[in-house]
Amino acid sequence: MSIQTPAPTPTDTAKVADSDFTGDNRSSATIGDAARDYLNRLRGGDMGSLPALLGLVVLFAVFGLSHDKFLTTYNLTNLVIQAASICVLAMGLVFVLLIGEIDLSAGVAGGASATITALVMIDHGWSWWAAVLAALAIGAVIGLAIGSLVSLLGIPSFVVTLAFFLALQAVPLKLIGSGGSLRFNDEVLRGLSIKNVPVTAGWIAAVLLVVGFAGLTLWQHRSRVAKGLVHKPIALVALQLTVFAGIVLGLTALLSQNRAVNPNVFNISGIPWVAPVVIVLLLLWTFVLTRTRFGRHLYAVGGNAEAARRAGINVTRMKITAFVICTSMAAISGILAASYTGKVSPGSGGGNVLLYAVGAAVIGGTSLFGGRGRAIDAVVGGLVIATIPNGLGLLDQASYINYIVTGGVLLLAASVDAISRRRRSAAGV
Amino acid sequence: MTAELSAEAPYRPEPLAPLLELRGVNKSFGVVHVLHDVDFAVYPGQVTALVGDNGAGKSTLVKVIAGIYGRDSGDYLFEGAPVHVNGPRDVAGLGVEVVYQDLALCDNLDIVQNMFLGRELRKGIVLDDMTMEDRARETLASLSVRTVKSVRQSVASLSGGQRQTVAIAKAVLWNSRIVLLDEPTAALGVAQTRQVLDLVRRLADRGLGVVLITHNMNDVLEVADRVTALYLGRVAADVPTENVNHKQIVELITAGRSGDLGIRDDAAATI
Ligand SMILES: Nc1ncnc2c1ncn2[C@@H]1O[C@H](COP(=O)(O)OP(=O)(O)OP(=O)(O)O)[C@@H](O)[C@H]1O
Ligand SMILES: [Mg+2]
Repeated sequence: MSIQTPAPTPTDTAKVADSDFTGDNRSSATIGDAARDYLNRLRGGDMGSLPALLGLVVLFAVFGLSHDKFLTTYNLTNLVIQAASICVLAMGLVFVLLIGEIDLSAGVAGGASATITALVMIDHGWSWWAAVLAALAIGAVIGLAIGSLVSLLGIPSFVVTLAFFLALQAVPLKLIGSGGSLRFNDEVLRGLSIKNVPVTAGWIAAVLLVVGFAGLTLWQHRSRVAKGLVHKPIALVALQLTVFAGIVLGLTALLSQNRAVNPNVFNISGIPWVAPVVIVLLLLWTFVLTRTRFGRHLYAVGGNAEAARRAGINVTRMKITAFVICTSMAAISGILAASYTGKVSPGSGGGNVLLYAVGAAVIGGTSLFGGRGRAIDAVVGGLVIATIPNGLGLLDQASYINYIVTGGVLLLAASVDAISRRRRSAAGV
Repeated sequence: MTAELSAEAPYRPEPLAPLLELRGVNKSFGVVHVLHDVDFAVYPGQVTALVGDNGAGKSTLVKVIAGIYGRDSGDYLFEGAPVHVNGPRDVAGLGVEVVYQDLALCDNLDIVQNMFLGRELRKGIVLDDMTMEDRARETLASLSVRTVKSVRQSVASLSGGQRQTVAIAKAVLWNSRIVLLDEPTAALGVAQTRQVLDLVRRLADRGLGVVLITHNMNDVLEVADRVTALYLGRVAADVPTENVNHKQIVELITAGRSGDLGIRDDAAATI
């Protein structure tokens, strides 16, 4: 048998194989090819944030047409502030969803952390940063406890976090008392929601962001081309950079306008401070997930825990860390939510906060089945989720409509996730 | 049969010393005693076929070698010296790569990411994706892998043979000294089996010690230099392939003995 297929000489081998990899270079020759590749990926069920973006367009069109206040800069700024805490919570949940687990207690963990933040500031006069560190520490400890129970004892995360969901609601109730509330009026923390970045500083930051992103992208593209590695066509890179610059600079321009109801008397302009908070977290976690070993291993654990274990990855530690990140982010989210409302009450972080955040992550493209998800999913999805109550609120709809619509959107997102997963395994993309 | 294939590296019928050796290994899962006093050796430049019926303990033996399961008793020797093996990382550190029966690739990662999983290259704390991609391509090219379109393809999109190839290429990438393949051809068609067997032979001709688990006697007779037959968790025979024929191997597998080869008394029957 081996006579029919003599071993190729080394030079033959190299030549054949090199020509076989032309797929890498050919597929990225033109925009047309790239578009075809993208369509194939979509058809194969790899949709990323596309459903969320389409949803956002639809929601904006519907609400924009039915209420003239919806598309005002005043309302859009509100929307950004409302979305911030959902985005941050969803970003934390992405880590847990990535490894195929769930954290039902993240919302109330955020509420409990915010309660502590408010208490130490009011009762003990702690400065805001010490209070925030305390909240982060509490979040991390809760995550450590959940992660250990899940990965060391092997209790399903659904059960562990349901227990924590119930138990953690006791914290604000005990500390604040039923029906009471704590004011949340620290200059800095409350200012995150009610104060804005000076317009000039906002512009500088936006331009730096665009230039930095463009520089990094182009540098990477150049090195890939130079090394003959897989790369996108330069036209596509240029298009992506243009769109990115358009969005960042466009939003900055929008938020830099004077949006006061009475513009001749007041001047309210600039990016609300929560936006840079969310963006910094987004950049941080995107870097961690895509550019570090930790991130790579997280995906591996979510994709195939056994394979990860055999590759020498400490799966237990990865899982615990994912929960710690999730609840720490929940603590930040709780603080942002308190900053928006200006108070913490026993119900903070309860209700459907958690489901909104899970919905945000899933709508954004993070899979409930593990192994798929990005930090940006949480932000895009969070905007979609926040748009619904914002728009319905303007339309003066009874709040039950809000529940129905949000529930429907969550179900829709989960269906898209399940269907695309089926298509992926069928198409093998 | 291997004559012209081994033109680059001469075929050594009497290898000097085993690269890896297990002596008197026992392994139980609770009350189930799976491996009984197993002696097993892997020689450099040779393909050792590990054969045995379903449940004979082949995969268990491989996992013991891989460090996934601990041993209840017995010695683990590498290059003649006893070594302490505590988990898959230690074994990988010795240069032993395992291609598992269930492959264990991460479907959500691409070929490059899978090949470097657990041993990613970095610059500072940042992953060095470009070097990894480069090296993965080089390795696949050196194995003349013909069918993979792009190294940035996710492994979910690969065929069984291609997945097998990626798993094997991972072993080559790390300059492994020993590769264990658990039923690499079980799910493959004729052409893909052919490719994998060629690859197996090429690895041995490079001087690696290769262990091939298979239920296919033609595979054994074609590429293996030695045959180790397991029967109910005991080694029934460990012989050069040229000393046995198809029928004898089948008897060793199914009955634990064949002529004067195999387990003498019927101790094996009492598990
Ligand atoms: N984790 C485990 N716990 C308990 N028993 C096990 C475990 N793994 C394997 N066994 C038992 O050990 C015996 C040998 O299994 P093993 O998988 O090693 O067989 P094999 O020779 O690889 O078979 P096959 O040809 O079917 O792959 C079987 O009886 C099996 O039930
Ligand atoms: Mg087996």
